[in-house]
Amino acid sequence: MDIAAQSIEGGFADPVFDAQTVFRAVMDAMARPGSLQSLPAFARPPVPFSATAGAVALALCDNDTPLWLDPALQASAAIKSWLGFHTGAPLANTPADAHFALIAAPAEMMALDGFSQGTQDYPDRSTTLILQVSDIASGAPLLLEGPGIETSATIAPAQMPRHFVEQWKQNIKRFPRGVDIILATSDGVACLPRTTRIKTMGA
Amino acid sequence: MYVAVKGGEAAIANAHSLLADRRRGDRSVPALRLDQIVEQLALGVDRVMSEGSLYDRELAALAIVQARGDLIEAIFLVRAYRTTLPRFGYSKAIDTATMLVERRVSATYKDLPGGQLLGPTFDYTHRLLDPELAAGGDVAEPLQRETETQAMPRVSAILAREGLIEPDGEMPQDHVPGDITREPLEFPMARDIRLQALSRGDEGFLLALGYSTQRGYARNHPFVGEIRIGEVELELDVPELPFAVPLGTVRVTECQMVNQFKGSAKAPPQFTRGYGLVFGQSERKAMAMALCDRALRASELGEDVVAAAQDEEFVISHSDNVQATGFVEHLKLPHYVDFQAELDLVRRMHAEYDARENPVKADDKREAAE
Amino acid sequence: MTAQPTDIATYNFAYLDEQTKRMIRRAILKGIAIPGYQVPFASREMPMPYGWGTGGVQVTASIIGPDDVLKVIDQGADDTTNAVSIRAFFKKVANVAVTTYTASATIIQTRHRIPEHPLTAGQVLVYQVPIPEPLRFLEPRETETRKMHALEEYGLMHVKLYEDIARHGRIATTYAYPVKVEGRYVMDPSPTPKFDNPKMHRSPALQLFGAGREKRIYAVPPFTEVVSLDFEDHPFEVQTFDQPCALCAAENVYLDEVILDDHGGHMFVCSDTDHCEKRREEGHRGHLAPEMMEPAR
Repeated sequence: MDIAAQSIEGGFADPVFDAQTVFRAVMDAMARPGSLQSLPAFARPPVPFSATAGAVALALCDNDTPLWLDPALQASAAIKSWLGFHTGAPLANTPADAHFALIAAPAEMMALDGFSQGTQDYPDRSTTLILQVSDIASGAPLLLEGPGIETSATIAPAQMPRHFVEQWKQNIKRFPRGVDIILATSDGVACLPRTTRIKTMGA
Repeated sequence: MYVAVKGGEAAIANAHSLLADRRRGDRSVPALRLDQIVEQLALGVDRVMSEGSLYDRELAALAIVQARGDLIEAIFLVRAYRTTLPRFGYSKAIDTATMLVERRVSATYKDLPGGQLLGPTFDYTHRLLDPELAAGGDVAEPLQRETETQAMPRVSAILAREGLIEPDGEMPQDHVPGDITREPLEFPMARDIRLQALSRGDEGFLLALGYSTQRGYARNHPFVGEIRIGEVELELDVPELPFAVPLGTVRVTECQMVNQFKGSAKAPPQFTRGYGLVFGQSERKAMAMALCDRALRASELGEDVVAAAQDEEFVISHSDNVQATGFVEHLKLPHYVDFQAELDLVRRMHAEYDARENPVKADDKREAAE
Repeated sequence: MTAQPTDIATYNFAYLDEQTKRMIRRAILKGIAIPGYQVPFASREMPMPYGWGTGGVQVTASIIGPDDVLKVIDQGADDTTNAVSIRAFFKKVANVAVTTYTASATIIQTRHRIPEHPLTAGQVLVYQVPIPEPLRFLEPRETETRKMHALEEYGLMHVKLYEDIARHGRIATTYAYPVKVEGRYVMDPSPTPKFDNPKMHRSPALQLFGAGREKRIYAVPPFTEVVSLDFEDHPFEVQTFDQPCALCAAENVYLDEVILDDHGGHMFVCSDTDHCEKRREEGHRGHLAPEMMEPAR
């Protein structure tokens, strides 16, 4: 299949209701950090962009939201053209200009503080990171506490960025500035808003 | 016996049907057609287009008749409709220097290239009620000039050639004009955003504020450099095409105020500008807007902010009549939960006061109230 | 262009266009991530007036799906005209199921009350907010209040509350009583009576706040600390009523005063109509309930 055909295919079959379903899953995940909100495969983006990450991008991004793609996605003309066709979102010049960052290889990703952190006046003007991971059960376990969590929650996301726990501590310190993370697994989404405190197990 | 009020749905439906009846009025009187409103109540239509931010005469006319002639209600109807329309793109900036002018007056020069053109104005009409109009008499065709259209440079351009007026706008080259219908307002705001807000602002509110600047609340020594009314071309840049696509023409009123300015540390003594632009024909609104625009530039020009008209947050936050009418009128919604809370507090404090001021009498009073 | 007669087919599901929904959805996510912080959003004109719930309606329209069950209350009641009107709007433009039962609803849009029946995980409470800025009546300027939030400079609010105490011997704020969320942002709970403030604290439900005219969205995630501002010597306390509901005998609920005649006769009844009806179905009777009055006739 050529790029032109690939870029047109694989969007939401039912844009209004698919977008609503995906958003509700992300909203519930953001409101309950650590919980996995399952999602069927609504989108079929070109590889290596995953169905879940693609669906989240389609649900949230449009011409008002500059995107930053990690090198793995950046390298694919098909992915850029797919995102362009389905969302109309422009590519950000730098990670700090991005409203959303799409990251297919989180283990290799740049530091969290390279993205927009928002300002003290407008902490909402920060980058939301969409990290593509296989699951939230096979990596190093993380103990979560904070708003949205009744007592504590545990997740173990795979392929997480290097020194993630340390980087996240810095992210917490910047509050109310900071980035928020949407983890897109093969069958759902989980979120780490900037309020979630993370401890490694046993620490 | 108290029974919780039920049947809100039926009450609303009945109210709507009564409203429809009153809107139509006496059935033996012919119903208004939209074209009658468009043709004969044109300035009301213009105001609805202007403050409704939607250039569509027929929709404005429909809104006016649906609103029983309440223009703010009509503006609201148009706004709530326009907000659902898809956005195809942004037209190029209109060029009022190339306007097909129907009216153009300047108060600063007796004569100037292009001349003074009175056009269809109420100015110099004697405000005498016209019984002939009531009788529906015929109206003669107006005279039409057959001459070629003479170039009509803007007065501001004439002053600018001499370097006596500040340059037009200070926006950086790469500045993308904002859009108040798509982005939340943020203070302080750039002038382009402010002008958008003023252009859809309430005519009465801006008129009063503009008037206040003339009476010494932030006086800014205005002269009407020029008012022009007429048709301008609207063009859209389409990325695939090498030329701008003409979309048609819109009728606008533009007012350029020329204001005295003594100069500051940053700028030499020169004239400054206040700008007004509205859809259709409304000099009053365009002039009031220009006065307010100039007043709101106080901080930019290093003037002290001493009056309401210079206060950006105050003016812009309260200029929108759809917002204002909604919030004022929401007071008629039930507030009894909060009122109960206040009632309880006032009763307690009242009782404490009585007990303190007049211990004996307070007891009697309480008995009487039981 | 000619104005065509319009019907539901020409409007999108839940009225708003998809681009507007995405914009609002992004603001909601930011609100949840920064509890109590007011996220600016490009509020749209809605087909009901500003001040009548346009913010709440935009939030509800952006989150609602075909499987949702919607409850709308105003002053705690499902049958007040504005609640009826908003419920009818969603029935029309989103064709969703509606209910008056608090427990059956997935989304509850409210003006001025939090239901008496405890909310549960998975429910979303959407507040209609007139003035989202808790500091607005102390400092009318947005540029100033934004700075205060940025610097966490809330001294002015404490001064105001303290002045109340000095003048009246108590904090004279009875509704829209300010709260601090997760130890950071001071937030306006919307004009709910302070009676409802404790229900916001660590609620299992997600609480979303929409202010249409003022163009702000904010949120309190589930299980989030929401503390009403107070002083050690003047701790926060809620309203109490001297008598139970006259219809269902409920205690520790918020009551409305209903005037019965012009000689000072009045009764107190539940402001939460669903709660009251449910209790009466369960057999609870207040001293003025119709069944109690019957023998007297």
